Amino acid sequence: MEDIDAIAALQDPVRRRLYEYVAAQGREVGRNEAAEATGVARTLAAHHLDRLAEAGLLETGSRRLTGRSGPGAGRPAKVYARARTERSVSLPARDYRTAAELLAEAAEEAGLDAGLGAAAHRRGEALRAAAGPCRDLAEALEVLAARGYEPYPERARTADREVLRMRNCPFHAVAENFPPLVCGMNLALLEGLLGADGPLRARMDARPGECCVVVEDSKNNVD
Amino acid sequence: MTSPAPAAQLAQLAQLNVATLSHPLDDPRIAPFVELLDPVNAAADGAPGFVWRLVGDGAADATGLRPAGEDVIVNMSVWESPEALWDFTYRSGHLDVVRRRREWFERHVEAHLVLWWVPAGHRPSLDEALERLADLRANGPSPRAFTFASAYPAPDGIVGAVR
Repeated sequence: MEDIDAIAALQDPVRRRLYEYVAAQGREVGRNEAAEATGVARTLAAHHLDRLAEAGLLETGSRRLTGRSGPGAGRPAKVYARARTERSVSLPARDYRTAAELLAEAAEEAGLDAGLGAAAHRRGEALRAAAGPCRDLAEALEVLAARGYEPYPERARTADREVLRMRNCPFHAVAENFPPLVCGMNLALLEGLLGADGPLRARMDARPGECCVVVEDSKNNVD
Repeated sequence: MTSPAPAAQLAQLAQLNVATLSHPLDDPRIAPFVELLDPVNAAADGAPGFVWRLVGDGAADATGLRPAGEDVIVNMSVWESPEALWDFTYRSGHLDVVRRRREWFERHVEAHLVLWWVPAGHRPSLDEALERLADLRANGPSPRAFTFASAYPAPDGIVGAVR
């Protein structure tokens, strides 16, 4: 399916609510859960979830949601998760991705990490503009969500405190090809965005499948 | 550490990485890197798909070995798959070390990382590894010596490890 057709499938408001709910969970979601969360009937939710899967926006699988197995565990249920394929439409046609890849390749070869980091930090500060440093995690969550990071709070492993993790890397394709360069750029951008003298800080804490940065209180010791 | 090859022959992925220090390892400017050696090596040892890494005699790491030059440290390891090695390299605490590479290492004009397939259980020697790096530098990526960006599947006759 062409990108423009896949994106057009989201024009239906119910379908769009379902897509946004499933995408925000970061895990497989069953029909019942999606129906309840979006306030539509189960059969209608199932219909639209399958249309989203046909459009390639969701991937499907089947799981026993009860956690039981063997006889009496029941039939596996159909589950949905956001597809990893990127979709974009630009009118007129633009190709910033090729430009980004070429610039990243040249910057990597020339060892321009420091210059790129400085530019990213300045951009982060400029995006914040007059708003000043983020005051708390709730404000940072809004700022990061507006920039497409899909942030969510997580209880830190070693202490009774919350941090923000981010499900989405807005620079995914170039970050995969040039991780130290582009992840370093992203960290600098977030540092500028959060503000250097505020109560929050960004720190690199990479793990598979997510943005490599964690946002936390700057008072906290590194664990 | 010994790990006997499984009955079914599996291919494993070997990697060699070389880095030219900007200052000697005991220079205070390199201290932040040295402090990260033990925790990051421990993370490697516990990472999914980790098989083996080179250490010097009686040492915890390979930084004392200088087979490629007095100021060039090496890092060699074996993994179950390119994906396992990639996830450790770029999706663990190791990422922050490579992000800060310009603080501690000279920029390499030539390739500084080489990957190649080995039979499961094989422990590559430094001579073998440096020969693969030279192959990559001289001839570009091939099934004998490649990079993440130019990965080759496990060769015929050795079944690639499946994650």
